[in-house]
Amino acid sequence: MKIFKIRDHLSRFRVGIAGAGGLGSNCAVSLARSGIGTLVISDFDVVEPGNLNRQYFFINQLGMFKTTALKETIARINPDTIVIAHTLRLHRENIPEIFAGCDAIVEAFDSDEMKEMLAETIQIKMPEIPVIIGSGLAGWGNNESLKCRKIDDTLFVCGDETTETTPDNPALAPRVSIVANMQADKVIEILMNKSPEIRKK
Amino acid sequence: MRIILNNREEEFSLDSLSVSQLLELRRLSFRMRIIKINGYLIPREKYDSTTINDGDKVQVIYLMSGG
Repeated sequence: MKIFKIRDHLSRFRVGIAGAGGLGSNCAVSLARSGIGTLVISDFDVVEPGNLNRQYFFINQLGMFKTTALKETIARINPDTIVIAHTLRLHRENIPEIFAGCDAIVEAFDSDEMKEMLAETIQIKMPEIPVIIGSGLAGWGNNESLKCRKIDDTLFVCGDETTETTPDNPALAPRVSIVANMQADKVIEILMNKSPEIRKK
Repeated sequence: MRIILNNREEEFSLDSLSVSQLLELRRLSFRMRIIKINGYLIPREKYDSTTINDGDKVQVIYLMSGG
């Protein structure tokens, strides 16, 4: 398929990104470059110096809300991608409203408790929307252990499903970006198999 | 009974199990996880009251911190 046809197809869809840290910022940028129509990005944090080792932010964005900074960066890459930014903490009650109308949702939190909460909430309250989870990306090396596993039509897990980040085994840019881009690639695969006729622009 | 646990057939001497029993028997002890039975997610508070029966397809997915 020609690139303009791919971009035209992807421009008709809306993707949710829950968290704008290492996974969310890198995934959002790849999806914007690919021509996704709308990104709904949610995060409550501000950009800090410690984020720059793996997150898609810049020194001049320190202190900004991650949602605002990412929206600004995406506008510089592909202004055709609409970014709907929600600067807030996601919880069981607001998730269905924030991500209503999304064609896929990327789980991009750092904390395992938030990962569980988001996956549970979407699979129970919005079971028709595919969720792509990131799980297991700490450290370096063994990148052949990073994979994308299909659980069923609405649930996918990207990562090694084994390594946890700790102070002695932190997340570094390469493995985080690989997993973030595996998530982005899975979103594109899901959307390319979806008929645009039944979607609103 | 026989179930499919994470895409592998597993046999148990009992006729049915609760989700909590399965986690204990198979030592699936990692604390952060989601569990699906036949495509339906089972919330944590229902692990004791949800029964797994012969032929069920069970998926246990571990959630590791980091992102």
